[in-house]
Amino acid sequence: MSNLDLSIKIGSLELSNPILLASGTVGYGNEISEFIDLNKVGGIITKSISLKPRKGNKPQRIFETPAGMLNAIGLANVGLEEFISQKIPFLEKFDVPIICNIAASTLEEYVECVRALENFEKIKAFEINVSCPNVKEGGLQFGNDIRMVAKITENVRLSTKKTLIIKLSPNVSNISDFAKVCKENGADAVSAINTLVGSAFDINSRKPKLSNVFGGLSGPAIKPIAIAKVFEIHRAVDIPIIGVGGIMNWQDVIEFIIAGASAVQIGTLNFIDPTASISILEGIKNYFVNKNLTSINQLKGSYILDNGN
Amino acid sequence: MLITNSVVVEFLEIQKGIFLQKLKSPEIAEKIKPGQFLNIKVSEGYYPLLRRPFSVCDVEDDLIHIMFAVYGEGTKILANKKIGETVNILGPLGNGFNIDDDYDLAVFLAGGLGAAPFPYLTRKLNNNKEIISFVGGRSNKEVIKYQFPNLLIATEDGSEGFKGNVVQLFENEIKKFLDKKIKVFACGPNGMLKSVSNLIKRFNEEGKNLTCEVSTESAMACGFGICQGCPIQDSHDPNRYLLVCKDGPVFNVNDIEL
Repeated sequence: MSNLDLSIKIGSLELSNPILLASGTVGYGNEISEFIDLNKVGGIITKSISLKPRKGNKPQRIFETPAGMLNAIGLANVGLEEFISQKIPFLEKFDVPIICNIAASTLEEYVECVRALENFEKIKAFEINVSCPNVKEGGLQFGNDIRMVAKITENVRLSTKKTLIIKLSPNVSNISDFAKVCKENGADAVSAINTLVGSAFDINSRKPKLSNVFGGLSGPAIKPIAIAKVFEIHRAVDIPIIGVGGIMNWQDVIEFIIAGASAVQIGTLNFIDPTASISILEGIKNYFVNKNLTSINQLKGSYILDNGN
Repeated sequence: MLITNSVVVEFLEIQKGIFLQKLKSPEIAEKIKPGQFLNIKVSEGYYPLLRRPFSVCDVEDDLIHIMFAVYGEGTKILANKKIGETVNILGPLGNGFNIDDDYDLAVFLAGGLGAAPFPYLTRKLNNNKEIISFVGGRSNKEVIKYQFPNLLIATEDGSEGFKGNVVQLFENEIKKFLDKKIKVFACGPNGMLKSVSNLIKRFNEEGKNLTCEVSTESAMACGFGICQGCPIQDSHDPNRYLLVCKDGPVFNVNDIEL
């Protein structure tokens, strides 16, 4: 269908389609570019960048669970300086929006990172990680503290004109309240959800499977939770939502959009099939054509509830 | 790196509990080197969700061989595959053994399923280098002898060959060969690789000049560097981990802390 247009706009961020590659599942683009044409996806969200390089957690960092996996990478990353000198030049080669995910252990670090990256034209948006469950400082403590999330959003907003996305934790009592303060403090969108806190023990050694004890649970096991969180935010707050959590196929993407997402992120699936985002995009196009839909907005939040809610 | 559906062509139990599966993949068979690995999705379902890493055991025309024991859900499904069924392979992955450097005698050290990469390495080295193999296990039931040339065996319970571990056996025997330029290729559990590393360091401090490459293993998700799930300590930089999948799985023993 010639009039099919899957593009969407979030703040000033223009995406040709709603399929983003999630932070921490595509590195800085180089490995996955051996499998797919990165220009075809809607956008790439970098591995979390912190002010200083982070070595990350000791092994073991990964443990598989039923229909999911726990990870405790510990935000291992090259740090701001090497990201600027080595990774941005590589990403310049692609005609695809780059969303830079930022992790920090203090408010000042978030601001400093965003300021340092503000003038790089290639970076179209920031996704602020306030909810990493597997580092000891920052991360989840911020994501659990609504005043802190408000403060981070407010301060980062003052430091950037680019699209500002806050990645929300599902490990809170009411995620909509968090989305609301993000909106009130100037965020353009929220990503929902980050991983859920999980753990596993070996029944023979009685030791934790992960050196960090706790990890973030991802994969299809968490998709129903992510759908519920997207729906809750959509009903309560008028802010674009980027749905993320356990997407394995194009049907899952459609489900997220119906529940209220404007765009989605493919995460754990990239580890299993690094080409999946491209076939998912084809599946979405076919669905839109078959349902006579021409834009994301026609489907977004189009759930039908029979119970009077 | 390729992603292909590969048909199971042959399935053998080479000794009790140790399986050899031959998978048809002309593209990967043509490219893969000894010591590299494959990340295999054994089923289309969500459990197991992730791929499972396997060393390439051997290559025979367009067939890739993998060796495994049934250990968890993934290997159980693999062992129940029928001839003609498919698995999805991502590979070849990682860095294999360097086989062309300057040495006269290749020493193989293998513990348990660490035997897996050696048939292909043997095939690539044969006719060019002299090979001696040291293979160990807890008992003779656990020693995998499959296709090792010039084999010496160590068992911890003394049920066959030398009583003790394979590294002790190597230490006892190596004196006979010190007039040669030796390169050691080792694969096995981390504890074994650590003893190999310590021994090589000691030998080299004594002026013996052995080179050594070890094939390591780790839990991992992707197998090609994006998940960062398989760190191993860089011996040259305390602030840096290398990745088993991308920087390894074969490392010069001097480059990592085991």
